[in-house]
Amino acid sequence: MTATTADPTTTPDPVAQIGAARLRKEDARLITGQTNWTDNITLPGMLHIAFLRSPHAHARITSVDVSAARSEPGVIAAFSGADFADEQGSLPCAWPVTPDIVMPAHPPMATDEVRYVGEAVACVVARDRYAAADALAAIEIDYEPLPPVLDIRTALDDGSPKVHEAGNKSYEWVFANGDLDAAFRDAPVVLERNYRQQRLIPSAMEPRAVVCSCVGDDEFTLWSSTQIPHVLRVMLALVLGIPEQNIRVIAPDVGGGFGSKLQVTAEEVLAILIARRLGKPVKWTESRSEGNMTVHHGRDQWQRIRIAADSDGNVRGLSVDLLADMGAYLMLVAPGVPLLGAFMYPSIYKMDAYSFRCTGIFTTKMPTDAYRGAGRPEATFAIERIMDDLAAELGIEPLELRERNWIKHEEFPYTTVCGLTYDSGNYEAATAKAKELFDYDGLRREQERRRASGDKVQLGIGISTFTEMCGLAPSRVVGSLAYGAGGWEQASIRMLPTGKVEVVTGSSAHGQGHETAWSQIVADQLGVPFEDIRVLHGDTQVSPKGMDTYGSRSLAVGGMALVSACDKVIEKAKAIASRMLEAPPEQVTFKDGVFSAGSGATKTIQEVALATFLAHDLPDGVEPTIDADATYDPDNFSFPHGTHLCATEVDTETGFVKIRSYVAVDDVGVVVNPMIVEGQVHGGLAQGIAQALYEEGVYDDEGNLVTTTLADYLVPSASDLPSYVTAHTESPAANRLGVKGVGEAGTIASTPAVVNAIIDALRPLGVRDVTMPCTPERVWRAIETARGATLDPDAEHQARQSDQTQGNSPQGINGGSQSGDVA
Amino acid sequence: MTRINVTVDGVSYVDQVEPRLLLVHYLRETVGKTGTPIGCDTSNCGACTVLMDGSSVKSCAVLAVQADGSDITTIEGMAPPGGGNGAGHELHPLQRAFHEEHALQCGYCTPGMIIAAADLLRDNPHPTDEEIREGLEGNLCRCTGYENIVRAVRRAAQAGVQA
Repeated sequence: MTATTADPTTTPDPVAQIGAARLRKEDARLITGQTNWTDNITLPGMLHIAFLRSPHAHARITSVDVSAARSEPGVIAAFSGADFADEQGSLPCAWPVTPDIVMPAHPPMATDEVRYVGEAVACVVARDRYAAADALAAIEIDYEPLPPVLDIRTALDDGSPKVHEAGNKSYEWVFANGDLDAAFRDAPVVLERNYRQQRLIPSAMEPRAVVCSCVGDDEFTLWSSTQIPHVLRVMLALVLGIPEQNIRVIAPDVGGGFGSKLQVTAEEVLAILIARRLGKPVKWTESRSEGNMTVHHGRDQWQRIRIAADSDGNVRGLSVDLLADMGAYLMLVAPGVPLLGAFMYPSIYKMDAYSFRCTGIFTTKMPTDAYRGAGRPEATFAIERIMDDLAAELGIEPLELRERNWIKHEEFPYTTVCGLTYDSGNYEAATAKAKELFDYDGLRREQERRRASGDKVQLGIGISTFTEMCGLAPSRVVGSLAYGAGGWEQASIRMLPTGKVEVVTGSSAHGQGHETAWSQIVADQLGVPFEDIRVLHGDTQVSPKGMDTYGSRSLAVGGMALVSACDKVIEKAKAIASRMLEAPPEQVTFKDGVFSAGSGATKTIQEVALATFLAHDLPDGVEPTIDADATYDPDNFSFPHGTHLCATEVDTETGFVKIRSYVAVDDVGVVVNPMIVEGQVHGGLAQGIAQALYEEGVYDDEGNLVTTTLADYLVPSASDLPSYVTAHTESPAANRLGVKGVGEAGTIASTPAVVNAIIDALRPLGVRDVTMPCTPERVWRAIETARGATLDPDAEHQARQSDQTQGNSPQGINGGSQSGDVA
Repeated sequence: MTRINVTVDGVSYVDQVEPRLLLVHYLRETVGKTGTPIGCDTSNCGACTVLMDGSSVKSCAVLAVQADGSDITTIEGMAPPGGGNGAGHELHPLQRAFHEEHALQCGYCTPGMIIAAADLLRDNPHPTDEEIREGLEGNLCRCTGYENIVRAVRRAAQAGVQA
């Protein structure tokens, strides 16, 4: 059930497409199996690559011999890192967050040392994928094992083994504003909490795949399951020294990304080198177990958060100290991921002082990088968890505490303690709507009854009043944070002679429905039928400029680029329409696709397009085109917000958690397509709930990834997830469409809502924290420990073969590291 | 090599295959049915689900030789061919329901999800939401959070779909 019904049978007003639940154009190929996934591509003479990967977390390569593999059936070639050493360059990191950041070389194929399990050390190229996989066994490689580095809490200790020569610290990034000492010095309440953001594996359903063909030595077409064809092209040119104009990157249909395909991967670089070496097209498609080991992971932080408040609950100051696991190398935007959270810990709350510090640390594990929300889920989790604890400490109703601190709707635009200016929002409205849909008061009464009766199944209510910064991003702002690119987006409108329209976008979609939503926007701007528009994307030859899709940026940036391009089309067309209407341009108006003169004469934009194509009678000096390009650079981030409420039933005898109801009220500004927006919220919720309850990327004590398959890494199925109630409030953003991002909001909001609900159910039993994922065993242990039982803290550790960073050390289970001081 | 005779989406094929060839690779690479994708290597995700003699199977967990003599339906065979005039196909009610309920985003799991749903509705033409969720638990989707998939299967069931 849902509060905002996206009725697909509704026939929309032919003029107003924005706001209509138009069914998706892209579905036609997706539901009939006519999709063009990268792994579907077959080229004449194409060869298949299989990679041999390191079985060690950390080792020196003492010898590699691929010669035997070369004589295996069907094998064309075999290579080791030494074969590429002179040409493979270093995989790029484009976000050096501090001037003194340690950024070690990152060879696509290891040459002398491996630093995580799964790192490519050799490869076989064969006529078919089976032969390539078979021949890997013939490669002989010797390692001298080195000690792994697995725990970021001890990686900086004296005497710790080193991941890289330069040590295990990559960077320390700080931000502070206001007098924090004063805020904490005489504060009546100070709380400090330590939270674990476990390592996650993004798990897009389509495994990565790459196909590369070449002409001669330096002309390449690369098909890749990537979110970033444009960024990838630039980076490949920089890494390999291939002239950029000779590289064409195509992202065909891409089966999900969630940040995991926002990367320049070793396999993409090596596919180019192998194709060039052999003069043949090559393909590589990963298996899921290979992908779990080698697609970048997400999160993996330890968070220490301190909050100072008055006795009536007014927050005075906040201090955050993060340890962030970078893994073995710095990936494309990895150092900056915690920074995207840095500005979000104060969230919707007013306060005088704030300080943030993040230390980026190397370990011998798969590198981390952006995963849906990237920094903001972590920030939202920590602030929303500690706000609940602050409410409990002070005996204030948790929503009441939030309301005392949040920015009131009449205070927008509001500049936060982080220096961000939130353009719009209405936290009161979203919260009121959520409470009503949730039956907040009714559930609180039921909770009281269950507590009073000592019901073995306790009810918990979890709150997450969140905001986030997305729509990445104003180029000037990301530049000031040392980001290695701008934040603009590009759009082109091509008016075809028959009156149809081609829309070219630099936003490279991989499931978001751009072909539909972009058609709606252009239909409204130009007054042309939705059906007459075709949206082109994902090929650097078709859409030569773009900054691609991540950070909930497509609509807020790419959508606005469409509007700018349409403005230019209309302006150009007006000059030609003026000639056709025999009226001066200043007397020609445009509305709903029709140019009108004062005389009452009209010409449609399609008629103008045809006249432009013919070019027989254009005004002097007017170029025979009304096509237009626009590049839009936003002047602010986008700040969606909302109130999410989660009710959990927690079985205090088994630790089993059942989500009974979940209400998400999101304010994403003006909604272009409510059906697509609702879908984005649903999917976001599922991934955030999955972090709270199910998913964890686990390494054992030797640095082996334990969760290599979907049997071990618990991506939830339909039976593991609840039904969601979604609704919206609308505070238009300060851009012409009034739109905000929505792609990550559900993920950012939902994790703390679920964990807060679990803790709320168990707070009377003395439980203060459960480390994510809140598995039945962890919940049960937390309950038993709170009841005074003495449990072997290592039992679960042994059962899961987990290393010590996985949050199941004693303090992780029972909250023993926490201190709550009421001064 | 082993000789097999398999009917795929109404067309009969005779091929010589390696005994170890997986059915999904046979479908994708020998027959060219790339509408059936591969999402994992442990039979957990269900992306490669096809109907084998009317029952859903994960085609990564079946060898091509085991399909000898079988009748396979992939997503590409769900919509009966149109008039051969390029005018497109009449969609299967489940395909239409997935479209109308926005039960897909990236679409990678969709072929397997639709096939699994067809098998589910054949066994249980009027499932509850709970039964839909349990019936599809062998098929993973990372985009939709499943809400709209449940709605789509419910909608198709209400329309009286039989596989």
